[in-house]
Amino acid sequence: MRMRKFSRSKFAGPILVVAALLTIGSAFSIASALPSSQKSEVSSQSTLVDEGKQIFLKGCSSCHGLNAEGGAIAPSLIGVGAAAVDFQVGTGRMPMADMSQQAMRKKPVYNAEQVAALAAYVASLAPGPAAVDPASLTWERDGNVAQGGQLFRTNCAMCHNFAAQGGALTNGKYAPTLMGVEPQHIYEAMITGPQSMPKFSDKTITPQEKLSIIAWIKSAQKEPAIGGASLGRVGPVTEGLLIWTFGLGLLIAIAVWLATKAR
Amino acid sequence: MTHELSGIERFQDPGLPEHHHRKSDTDAIAANRAERQVAILFLLSAIGTIGTIASYIFIDTKKFIYLPILGDTNAAQLALGVGLAASLFFIGIAAVHWAKTLMPDEEVIAERHEFRSSDEDRAEFVSTVKERGAAAGLGRRSLIKRSMGVALGLIGLSPLVLLRDLGPLPKNQLSTTDWAAGVRLVTDPGGRPIMPADLEVGSVAQVLPELPQGTERTLENIGKDAVLLIRIRPEEFNLNAERLSWTYNGIIAFSKICSHMGCAVALYEQQTKHLLCPCHQSTFDVTRAAKVIFGPAARPLPQLAIEVDSQGYLVAKQAFTEPVGPSFWERNSA
Repeated sequence: MRMRKFSRSKFAGPILVVAALLTIGSAFSIASALPSSQKSEVSSQSTLVDEGKQIFLKGCSSCHGLNAEGGAIAPSLIGVGAAAVDFQVGTGRMPMADMSQQAMRKKPVYNAEQVAALAAYVASLAPGPAAVDPASLTWERDGNVAQGGQLFRTNCAMCHNFAAQGGALTNGKYAPTLMGVEPQHIYEAMITGPQSMPKFSDKTITPQEKLSIIAWIKSAQKEPAIGGASLGRVGPVTEGLLIWTFGLGLLIAIAVWLATKAR
Repeated sequence: MTHELSGIERFQDPGLPEHHHRKSDTDAIAANRAERQVAILFLLSAIGTIGTIASYIFIDTKKFIYLPILGDTNAAQLALGVGLAASLFFIGIAAVHWAKTLMPDEEVIAERHEFRSSDEDRAEFVSTVKERGAAAGLGRRSLIKRSMGVALGLIGLSPLVLLRDLGPLPKNQLSTTDWAAGVRLVTDPGGRPIMPADLEVGSVAQVLPELPQGTERTLENIGKDAVLLIRIRPEEFNLNAERLSWTYNGIIAFSKICSHMGCAVALYEQQTKHLLCPCHQSTFDVTRAAKVIFGPAARPLPQLAIEVDSQGYLVAKQAFTEPVGPSFWERNSA
């Protein structure tokens, strides 16, 4: 009896512990099996945020601060939302190449996944406008070009030029051309107000009206130059330059030839 | 003056320069070459005309071709333009080249004559006028004379009547707008009323006064009524108490019509809070009641006092307290 008692007591403890662990473990796994899809999404979202934070610390924090709180040379990014990140980084404006008056559009430094990660990180800091899914922008179907033109002339043309070619602001700043800009970036610019540009709220220019504006810009971009060279579609400046230099030069050359005696 | 410069020797009249004959005057081969050149230029013009007609008939007006520098260009328009230009240009060039190389090359001196006609000619003219005038019988046929007097006398009146179009005087139209106490601010275009919460900080909206039902909005209305609504953080304002009471929760409204020449001031730099006029670069500081900080504008943009009505929509608290837009003679305030 003593032997059996001893042997039982010798192995019973560890076995009991192992059995208990197994039971609890499997029970937990069964219990947590139901919301597993949700859980993995949360974890992938949090890894996206972590990944974005790593990119941010390497590429952005020197100006925007370690916690995106902003600094002397760069604004805070808390609350700007994923839309602002998708616009600024997706169009290559950020990171800036140099400390010029204005960040200009260039080849993006980060690829789409990295932009998404950065956007997820910045969006995790505080709520802000979400990045715009290109598939949701049904401007070809829901945009009204005529309405878009009216809205553009009232709200956009004074800075971006009547043909969306861009124009000058103060101190070397400028409103960029809208030719060849991705629809989601146009939309994001309207809702986030990047750099000098103000925001255009969804209540004053509805999402449908924003689609109309995009439709008008795309239609203006396709518009062929019926009357010949468009000269940049910036109005009298290039036209005057051409006629005062080339046109007048030609007239002077002809006048000189007319007055030259034949030999 | 010249006698004072007696120390300087008088210029001798250099006379006319020696006449050089052209190569084609003396050399038959050169003359034939010039003839061929003129012929080629005329033929180029002919080709231009034929090309113009052919491109009008044969080129599809909707066809676009890509050209370097010019970009996508309408083929028919381009061909018509080039053809017409060539047909006219080469006729001119050929005529000038012909005249310069082959037409008679003799120098002729034409002396100036006195402008005054001779006394005989003048006397003859006067007598002719008198004689013909008498022959026309104006003295005898008084009906014609009088009716002609009426016709010629009246004809000067119609330009005078047209001068009426310089008026009428605008009365108080330059000083008034459609804004009045309680008039709602509505989006342009769209015509939707706006609640303060619709505007985020950093956003702008182009607004017009809501007109009574059935009233048509004319371009003249818009030209006076256009207002820019801007929302910034309230603590960014640098306004006196009265002007601050004209804002609502950081929302401030200015007339869009520039106080300089009346352009639409709507280039708003969200970061600097500056409003810029695209015509002459007048710059207004939104935080200081549109104070002019650069450019030719003489005074700030008029600020529209706003508040919220019982339904929560933004309305004008009162009409503009000064005329909007550029100066005019009868304008009261400075």
